[in-house]
Amino acid sequence: MKKISTPLTVQMINSLKSGDEILLTGTIYTARDQAHKRLSDAIKKGKKIPVVLRDQIIYYCGPTAAPRGKAIGSCGPTTSSRMDEFTPLLLSKGLRGMIGKGRRSEEVIKAIKKHKAVYFLAYAGCGALISKFIQRVRLIAYKDLGPEAIYRLEVKGLPLIVAIDSRGRSIYN
Amino acid sequence: MRIISANQIKDAVSDLCIRANIDLRKDVLQALKRAYLKEKNRRAKRILNAVIKNASIAKREKLAICQDSGLPVVFGELGQDVRIKGDLKSAIRKGVESGYKKGHLRNSIVDNPLLRGRSSYRGAVIHLDLVKGNNLKLTVLPKGFGCENKSQVKMFNPTAKIEEIKNFIIDVVKTAGADACPPFVVGVGIGGTADYASFLAKKALLRSVRVSKYQSIKVVAKLEQELLREINQLNIGPMGLGGRATALAVNVETYLTHIAGLPVAVNISCHALRSASRVL
Repeated sequence: MKKISTPLTVQMINSLKSGDEILLTGTIYTARDQAHKRLSDAIKKGKKIPVVLRDQIIYYCGPTAAPRGKAIGSCGPTTSSRMDEFTPLLLSKGLRGMIGKGRRSEEVIKAIKKHKAVYFLAYAGCGALISKFIQRVRLIAYKDLGPEAIYRLEVKGLPLIVAIDSRGRSIYN
Repeated sequence: MRIISANQIKDAVSDLCIRANIDLRKDVLQALKRAYLKEKNRRAKRILNAVIKNASIAKREKLAICQDSGLPVVFGELGQDVRIKGDLKSAIRKGVESGYKKGHLRNSIVDNPLLRGRSSYRGAVIHLDLVKGNNLKLTVLPKGFGCENKSQVKMFNPTAKIEEIKNFIIDVVKTAGADACPPFVVGVGIGGTADYASFLAKKALLRSVRVSKYQSIKVVAKLEQELLREINQLNIGPMGLGGRATALAVNVETYLTHIAGLPVAVNISCHALRSASRVL
């Protein structure tokens, strides 16, 4: 299986094909519904946002609380399509990758192609298993959102499937 | 008259929330293992293997099977010869809050669907039923919303053909597709009113997913078997990436209805169908 490290480069992304299975090591950021709404509102109003999106990966995930002695609780992917309405804007601001589960809209596929990005699937409904690949967690923004806050995760060898590649080819077609 | 205290109820609900969320139901785990053995698609097999491994990690390390530890749906069957000392519904809600905190489960509940606001551990959907006897049976079904969002109800004409009903159920499964974490358990409620059919569809998920012979009505048993076979020919498969394992079971519950109607509700469960029961 191909090993990929963050930050993602365009060259690296162009080498990925929909259907490829990879192992990801490096830094990713969690964000789901409410965080997307806030990021999007801030960008539209021309305000500064609390994360630098350029060349980064967003993981659609709201983890459970970490039990004592663990970096994180259960932390599998949530349904990506709920983030579709916000995604083209984030991609236009340099977001390079997304991790989630399920299909994306045509608009998102077009934006992925236009901005040379990639959409990965993580094993759906396997939050306990995925927690084993996460080494460190840090709260970055929107603490009041609890599990929906933005966390920075350091991951090692996280198994992912390329669902939509930078040419816009989808695994579901 | 038997007395059951609010405290007993609170403690039982707390334990059930934790148990349901970390220890996958035996019948579901067995069905996943059977699906793994039957699966021919290699990627589907790898995903099913991850799902089975996930359940064992969750149990061993006391971690939630899924980060979406759901909106707890609590079913209470209260014997009419029982007297509750204290407030039953408040005891259930306190039990949920305590179990979700103690079990490191996720605070996924918002007080108001329109105002949203901060998510918390407080609240549950509670279904109470009065039955004969002097026990209280409590069941907690934590329902994740990846799959709950795909639920549908349709009011058919009483003259509708069984094929029309089947097509509707299969369409709901297709729409749920990759988003709702297949292989599914498909809960179906037929009859009653729109709300009661929805309740039955949810309740159907509590029944064992092992194909059971207990269904005395032949037409219902046949419907379950045919639907399961047809759904598993859709090639949706685990994570919607193809394969045989699209559903582990189709559980249908029926109830009387009106001469003018035929309500059908579908409640999809992801592969992490979680529930736990206890009799007090």
